[in-house]
Parts: sequence; C-alpha cells; structure tokens
Amino acid sequence: MRSGAPEPSPRGTLPAKADARSELVWLYVLTIGATLAAAALLIVATGNSVADVARALLDGAFLAPGRRGDTLKIAGPILMVAVGMVIGVKAGFFNIGQEGQLLVGAMAMALIGTKIAAPGPLPLVGGLVLGAVAGGSLAALAALMRFRRGVPETISTLLLVFVVYQVIGYAVTTAWFLGDPDPRVPGRITASAPLTEEARLPIAWLFGEEIHFGFPIGLAMAGMVTFFLSRTGQGFKLRLLGSNPDVAHQVGVDRSRFGTMALFASGALAGFGGAVMLAGGASGFRLTTGFSTEVGWQGLLVALVARSNPLLCIPIAVVFAALRTGGAFLAATGVDRTIVGIVQALLVLALLIPPAVQSARHHRTSHHRFSGWLFARTGAGSGTGRNGQ
Amino acid sequence: MGEAITILGDIFGSPTIYGSAVRLGAFLAFAALGELVAEKAGTINISVEGGLLAGAFGATLAFDLSGDPWAGLSVGMAAGFLVSLVQANVSHRLAADQFVVGITANVLVLGLTGFIDAAVDPIGARVSVISIPVLVDIPFIGPAVFGQTWPTYLLYPLIPLTWWLLYRTRWGLEVRAVGDNPRSCDVSGIDVNKRRREAIYYGGLLAGLGGAFLVLGQTGSFDSGSVGGRGFIAIAAVYFGGWTLRGALFGALLFGLADAFRLALPVLGYQIDAQFLAALPYLMTLAVMYFITRQFRQPAALAQPFIRRRW
Repeated sequence: MRSGAPEPSPRGTLPAKADARSELVWLYVLTIGATLAAAALLIVATGNSVADVARALLDGAFLAPGRRGDTLKIAGPILMVAVGMVIGVKAGFFNIGQEGQLLVGAMAMALIGTKIAAPGPLPLVGGLVLGAVAGGSLAALAALMRFRRGVPETISTLLLVFVVYQVIGYAVTTAWFLGDPDPRVPGRITASAPLTEEARLPIAWLFGEEIHFGFPIGLAMAGMVTFFLSRTGQGFKLRLLGSNPDVAHQVGVDRSRFGTMALFASGALAGFGGAVMLAGGASGFRLTTGFSTEVGWQGLLVALVARSNPLLCIPIAVVFAALRTGGAFLAATGVDRTIVGIVQALLVLALLIPPAVQSARHHRTSHHRFSGWLFARTGAGSGTGRNGQ
Repeated sequence: MGEAITILGDIFGSPTIYGSAVRLGAFLAFAALGELVAEKAGTINISVEGGLLAGAFGATLAFDLSGDPWAGLSVGMAAGFLVSLVQANVSHRLAADQFVVGITANVLVLGLTGFIDAAVDPIGARVSVISIPVLVDIPFIGPAVFGQTWPTYLLYPLIPLTWWLLYRTRWGLEVRAVGDNPRSCDVSGIDVNKRRREAIYYGGLLAGLGGAFLVLGQTGSFDSGSVGGRGFIAIAAVYFGGWTLRGALFGALLFGLADAFRLALPVLGYQIDAQFLAALPYLMTLAVMYFITRQFRQPAALAQPFIRRRW
C-alpha cells in the first residue's frame, strides 16, 4: 500500500499531513455545502424563498426583540446536556438517555418547587441539586447494569428514556404525585402545578434583553468540565479509560468506579439542565408530558457535532438553540418548522463524514489510534462490556 | 383479589384483544425480524425506528399517488432500505460510530417525513380484511391470526424465510460468524463489513415493510408520532428473545399484547394506569437484560465495530 513510509508512530502518521488536512477541509466544504444545498432544495421545492426563510430564522433567533434572550435561554440546558455527554464519551461510555435524565431532573425540581414551601433560596438550590442527583442516579442505574451484568449502557439508557416518559405522564396526571390540584386551570390533567416563586430562577436584564441564568451556568459548567478533563489527575484517568482501556487497566484505573462516575456526571448534567429549564420558566414553570421538547436529543447531537470538545459545545449549542428559536418564526413563511430538524441532522452527518472518510482510508495502512471515540472504539473498550467487567 | 380475577376474565374473554395483539405485535415483528439479522451480524441498528417511519411515510405517499397498496408496500420497503443505506455505509464502510449514525438518521427521517408530509399531505387508507377460509374458524386464535388485513399475512412467510436465510444459507452462516468472531472471518476471506452492511439492508427492507404495514394494514393514515419509539421496542424484543428467532417473535407478540391491553382497558371501562402498560416492554427488557441475558447467546461482537488493523 504505502511505500517508504516511516514506522507508524503511536498516533499513526499520514503520508503527508498537510495534504490530509487540506483534503479534510475540502471534504468539510463539500458536505456542509451539500447540507445547505439540500435544505435550500427542500425550501424551493415547496415553493418558498430561501431568503425569506433565512430572514425568518435570523429574526426568530437573534434580531427580533427579546429573541436573543430566548435563544440563550434554551442554549443553556442544551449546553449542559452536551457537556455531560462529553464526559461520558471521553470515558468511553455512550449515554444516549439524556432526554430521560433531563426529565427526571425536571421532575425532582417540580417536586421540591411545588411541594416544599421554604423561604429564601432553599427551594431553588435544593431543587437544582436534587435534579442533578436524580438525573445522575438514572444514568448510574445504567452504569450498575453495565458493570454488574454487562448490559450495554447505550441500550439501557435509551430504554430508560421511554420508561421516564411514562413516569412523567403518570406523575402529572396523578393528584397525589405532581398533578395540579387547582381545578380552574385548563389542561391541568397533563401539567403539574407551577413552581412557587421562591423556586424560580432569577432573571437578569442586559442590553434590554432578558438574560436567563441558565446560560451563564452552562458556560461555567463547560469551563469546569474542560478544566477537569484536561488539567486534573482524575480527568486524565477518565480520558485514559476511554482512549486506551488496556493501558488504563494496567495503571490501575478502576473501570467500574470511573465508568460509574462518568455516567453519573453525564446524567447529572442532563438532570441539572432539566431542573434549570423548569426553574427558568419552560412551559410556564409547569412540568408537562412534552416538557423536554427534545432538548435531551439535541444536546446529544451538539456533543457529536462538537466532537466531544466541551468548549466547542458552546457555539454549537447556541447554533442549535438559534435554529430552534428561529424555527418558531418559520410559520409566517409557510415553511414547515421540521426543516430545523432536517438541518440539524444533516449538519451532524456533514461533520461526521469527512473525518470518517479519512479514518476509513487511514485504518487500512496504520495503527488504529485515531483521535477520538467518534470512530470505532476498538478492542476491549467497546461494545457490550462483555470483556470489560 | 376476586376483582382482579374478574378484570382478567373480562380482558382475556374479549375476543378483540387477541386480534389487536396480533396486529400490534405483527408491526413489531416485521422490525424485529430485520433487527435480529442485523444484530446477528454484530451491529445494533437503532435507525430501525427511522426505517419504520420512512416506510410508513413512503407507503402513504405512494398509495396516495397510485392508489395501489402494492405500490405502497414496495415504496415503503424502498424507503426503509434508503435509511439502512445511510446507516450501513456511514457506520460500516466509513467507520463512524453506529449509534451516532443511528440517532442522526432517526432525527433526519423524523424531520424529512414531517416536512414532506406538511407540504404534500398524502392520504393513506386501510386495506381490506381478508379472512383465510377454514383457518379463520379455529377457535380463539383463528380470527386473530387469520382474520387480519392482508398485508399482515406478508409477515408469516417472512418468518421461515428469515430462518432459512440465517440458518440454511452460506450467507446466513457468514452473517452469524461475522457477529461472533469478525477477526477470524476476516482472516478466512469474508468481507466483515460487507456482510454487516447486507444484514443492515435486510433490516431496512423489513423495517420499511413494517412501516408500510402500519399505515396500510393498521392505522390507515400517516402521522409523525405513529411509530413513536416502537422501533426501540423491536430492538428490545430482539434482546428480550435472546437473539433467537422464536424469542424475538415471542417478544414482539408479548409487547404487542401489552400495547393491546393499554388500548383495550379504557374501552372495557377499567381505569388502570396506561402509563405502566406503556412502560412495560421497556421495563421487561431491562429486567431480562439484567437477570438472564447472559444465559442466552449474545453475538460475541455485538456493537463492536470491525476495523482491520496491523498487528
């Protein structure tokens, strides 16, 4: 195949690094261009104008009054979910149940915020903490199944989402649990009572925009996770576990301990995001059956697009949030807002394919150590956990 | 206690519940059969959810345009195949993580079908019930199994066909081998990722057919929420059944029965928590995975991507 190449270094040298890099750039240009072209094609095919749609998206996301605040407001929880996903992925565990973890976090917040009347910041802080614990515990349940019985965490976290959907449905329709006791509220059989005033997040005003506290908290978390992963011993061990389980085992990194920790943290961030969403006023400070509005799934996609780089998650979370809030303005143009989901998914594929093309080519000639989990997790670290008890 | 027995008597005495269970179970069984083949090859194909949705939409669209249910079924299959084409090639030709690709494909299909549905708004229909003479007169199971809409009957030959493919052909042997020991297969000259792609294609075709059956044989119209996570129940059925054909079918039927109960209980006048029944398939699968999965024979390389490397 490749002749006269040097002995492969641990990272696997490409024949010519610069060539490979420019090829990568071209591939990105190609795939992202194709994404935009496909979206434009769909818009034109339904008899609408691309410029109108772009205008509506921009208005809805940033330009119209109050929209910047709304965009950042939803970006906060999305960012938290994404950052949580990053922790799990870095440790080699693929938690895809954030939607459920977010919902149990919100449920914990709702329990504290509607049942407990305490003065001061106690209900808010208590609800947020308990939300994180609830989300983390749900993910830890998957970790328990993984490390005790080898049940793949990908499947268990996914299945748990659908269990949680039903738990939420039960909670908000049941009077003793979370159902709204006030008979005058329309639709109360599908929504909880609203949070008490004490349990709501304060709102700051900045440049005439409502700035929701969730986003700065999300930023702080992204910073903390970056610091933890890149600057602490525990973070190093965690990454080692994900990138080279064999070596991790040899240097004594306890797989089940670190794995449980990573999954707990990943779920806790999603749960915290759910609690923040509720305390920040999502669906009128009430927990409802459709409360999560796919924030969990979108946070997951953000982490994928950001290649599990927690800092890169920040701009991408804002872009995804902007597509959401922009999508709300699409009705006026006559374009269905499902276009937003299409663009998001295509964007993930567009960013996924170029490195996968290169790695597929690369794998034929050199060692498998190619950066990151995005490409096939090889050997002992992957899959069913059968070899990783 | 006595009340519980009355309730159970009412439920099991109601003939509609069996028909409903078979109908709902058949939908899961289409997807589960395909997913079984994919998992035997060592891949977890979570885009089966997207395949079902694409199949349902494709079938509605084609039926609306042509008025021919057979066209609906074929286009549904083709749509499911298209989803598997993305899944298979991005994750088993290019080496992107299969779960990432699966999730993305699901989101993409949800968006695309919703978008085109909003623009075109195709109208589906439920095809007629055809009872198979003689067999339909078997007490209890007769009407349930042989008194359904005709696309249901497509499932029955698919069961032996899938069995034959998996266990009686060279291809099936290679698929199973690839799922158990890809490295040995590679050494003996089997193209591991090719077999995996083919297994996923089979899964996509069946998921598409299942989606088409959902519209043409069951609901009669397309709705973005009509699949609603049941693709994941099909995956759960395969796990539940311990990667055996009859286990997966049993799981699909059982989960179909749970679904049928959920729908039937309010009609019979019982206020039992529907949420519990809706969560039951997932809970049962989780319990089975926790308590007994290891006694079954899981494909040893399940969910582990194959990348040839130099040693």
